[in-house]
Amino acid sequence: MKKPIAGGSATRVEVAVARPQASSRPQRPGLLENERVLAGVLLTPTVVLLGMFIAYPFVMGVWLALSSTSVGNPGQFVGLKNFVKAWNDSIFRTAFWNTCWYTGWATIFKLSLGMWLAILLNRNFRGKRLVRASMLLPFIIPTVLSTFAWRWMFDPTFSVLNWLLYRGGFIVNKLPFLSDGTYGLWCAIAVNTWRGMPFFAISLLAGLQTINPDLHEAASLDGANAWHRFWHVTWPLLKPVTLVVVVFSIIQTFSDFQLIYVLTGGGPANSTHLIATYAYQIGVATGLLGEGAAISLFMLPVLFVVVWLQLRYLRRLEGA
Amino acid sequence: MRRRAFLKLTGTAGIVAAHRAPAFAQGTRLHIVRWVDFIPACDVELKKQAGEASKALGADVQFEFINANDLQPRITAAIQSQSGADIIHMLHNWPHLYENGLVDVSDLAEWQAKEQGGFYPQSEAYTKVNGRFMALPHSIVPGLVAYRKSWFDEIGVTTFPKTYDDLRTVGAKLKKKGHPYGQTLGHTFGDAPAWAYPLLWNFGGAETDRSGKTAIESKGSAEAVKFMTAFWKDACDEGGLAWDDTNNNRAFLAGEICATLNGASIYIAAKRGQDKIKDERGEPLVRDIQHARLPAGPAGSWSYHTAFAHGVMKYSKNPKLAKDFLKWFHGTGPFGRWFEVAEGFSVGATKQWERHALWNSIDPPMKGFRTAPDNSRTMGFAGPPSAKATEVYSKYVIVDMLAKGVQGASPEEAVRWAAGELRKIYGA
Repeated sequence: MKKPIAGGSATRVEVAVARPQASSRPQRPGLLENERVLAGVLLTPTVVLLGMFIAYPFVMGVWLALSSTSVGNPGQFVGLKNFVKAWNDSIFRTAFWNTCWYTGWATIFKLSLGMWLAILLNRNFRGKRLVRASMLLPFIIPTVLSTFAWRWMFDPTFSVLNWLLYRGGFIVNKLPFLSDGTYGLWCAIAVNTWRGMPFFAISLLAGLQTINPDLHEAASLDGANAWHRFWHVTWPLLKPVTLVVVVFSIIQTFSDFQLIYVLTGGGPANSTHLIATYAYQIGVATGLLGEGAAISLFMLPVLFVVVWLQLRYLRRLEGA
Repeated sequence: MRRRAFLKLTGTAGIVAAHRAPAFAQGTRLHIVRWVDFIPACDVELKKQAGEASKALGADVQFEFINANDLQPRITAAIQSQSGADIIHMLHNWPHLYENGLVDVSDLAEWQAKEQGGFYPQSEAYTKVNGRFMALPHSIVPGLVAYRKSWFDEIGVTTFPKTYDDLRTVGAKLKKKGHPYGQTLGHTFGDAPAWAYPLLWNFGGAETDRSGKTAIESKGSAEAVKFMTAFWKDACDEGGLAWDDTNNNRAFLAGEICATLNGASIYIAAKRGQDKIKDERGEPLVRDIQHARLPAGPAGSWSYHTAFAHGVMKYSKNPKLAKDFLKWFHGTGPFGRWFEVAEGFSVGATKQWERHALWNSIDPPMKGFRTAPDNSRTMGFAGPPSAKATEVYSKYVIVDMLAKGVQGASPEEAVRWAAGELRKIYGA
């Protein structure tokens, strides 16, 4: 159908306009017009992915933990036997305690140093961008690679740190960095802090940059010193971000595997095992899959409580 | 070597008869996982042999080399997922643990034993599970103590100590001079158990009795821990608790330790790198290295030599090809060439290789490796090297018992802890 779109008899222009079909026959509503169907279609890929990569492995893990499965043997249902066995195992108890100790101290160090770094980087100085970018290096380098480098630095025979301390006159005998359980765990905490601190710093820096400078200015005018400005202005506004970062870090650190696996292998004499490395030692290296799965499932209640507390606290903050 | 001669030598008669490669589907791949050899030239030789085998068998034969400490996790993952390499390297008594995931290769074992003079007892015991060979014995890496002759001479010791007590006395003197003994008590596949098990046996201790019941709570076991604790403090490099199988090699070659229990890899590395690896006088270090067997304890002078085998995985889609390959690979031709490259680091799983011409021309310090496997006991002793013994090994219970003593536990406490761990495994 052609239709005039400009007025005036001398300059009439005609353009083609599509004829509405509806007028000739009634249109059937498309299947995707139905909200329920559309929601189902949109959610299906997510549900499939979650099912395949989260639900299935989790359910398999629980089943394995309740069975006597070992390498090449399907096993039978044994109830809570594997959990009881793990709980009565002195190495498991050491690993459980180590995991709490390692997570606690590493998180404290990462938070304090990360906060300090974020506050420093929030200031204006020459080369700020370069410093911010280079700060991320430990976080970018693959953990296995950087931990190998640390392992060399802590090497029982050729440690460059021992060499420096000896040459500097600080020590007479080599420090047993990795050949003593206590030293080994502290070395692991140091490496974890080095690796995880940039995550804290960059996240807290992002939080700091959302704080309106006027608030600090107003506090200054009221006579607040640096500490008061931090405690009464920065910290309350940074708390929600900090909480999220801390919880993410606790989850990652509590289930850490690669760092200990490469640095100490859980040794000497099982003294630096974490739950994850011990579960691997029993389940994968020794082939006792049921027992290994039970050991790893001990992480679940602890992490569940941490996440629950975080969500509860955040909800309270939102409500305030 | 001409192709015809090669085929004849390797005994692939069917191939010769047909005048063509066997009828494996085109593009069939055979994947073999082995450890990274301590003699790098051995792996180079195997890569060469992969090409030869590919032509001979009409399939694409590929080796993959991984850290020995990663082999067990790899095997577990492969069996559980029912996918992965067709053939995997088996150390120690692992075939007992992985029995359900392996193909019976008794026919090949019978052929190899007959052709090559019979297996060493530990090679047979480690691969024969319930009367069937579940892996094909390949080689043994004997462990002897590598030591610095000149440093021992300096303190008036011209032959290696014959008893553990003498070793402790000599080691203490050398440690005072800045030359400690190097020994790992870490969680590592070879050097740690090769020291720990014989120490237990030589002081009269045993993991189990003949019926397979836990028997570690004994005076002998406590004496072994007691010796280890004193030896560690008086004579050893105390960093050894964190060593793996490579640390003692590096420490010895760097002149940091006076002696260490090891395969021949230290000597061979020193020999092949003699332009660079020198002693404190600037002479090639290799000229100052000698080897000796482990000293004797009150109950004997047993050793532990690591046995190696190849297991065909049950999930493999090409079990026939895998077995054909093993027959080729373990044949006197290919094995002989690999054996010569190893220069005594690896010896045969069968006794025929004790008579190989290599031993006539080998350096005198290496001659002891020829018959070294003749005094090896097996894990699980005095019981059989069962799957449970493999579990004890995989959890490093015997090694950790000694390490606990070194870390301050009393001998009785350390033995009691080990007994508890063994009871969980053996059930009695």
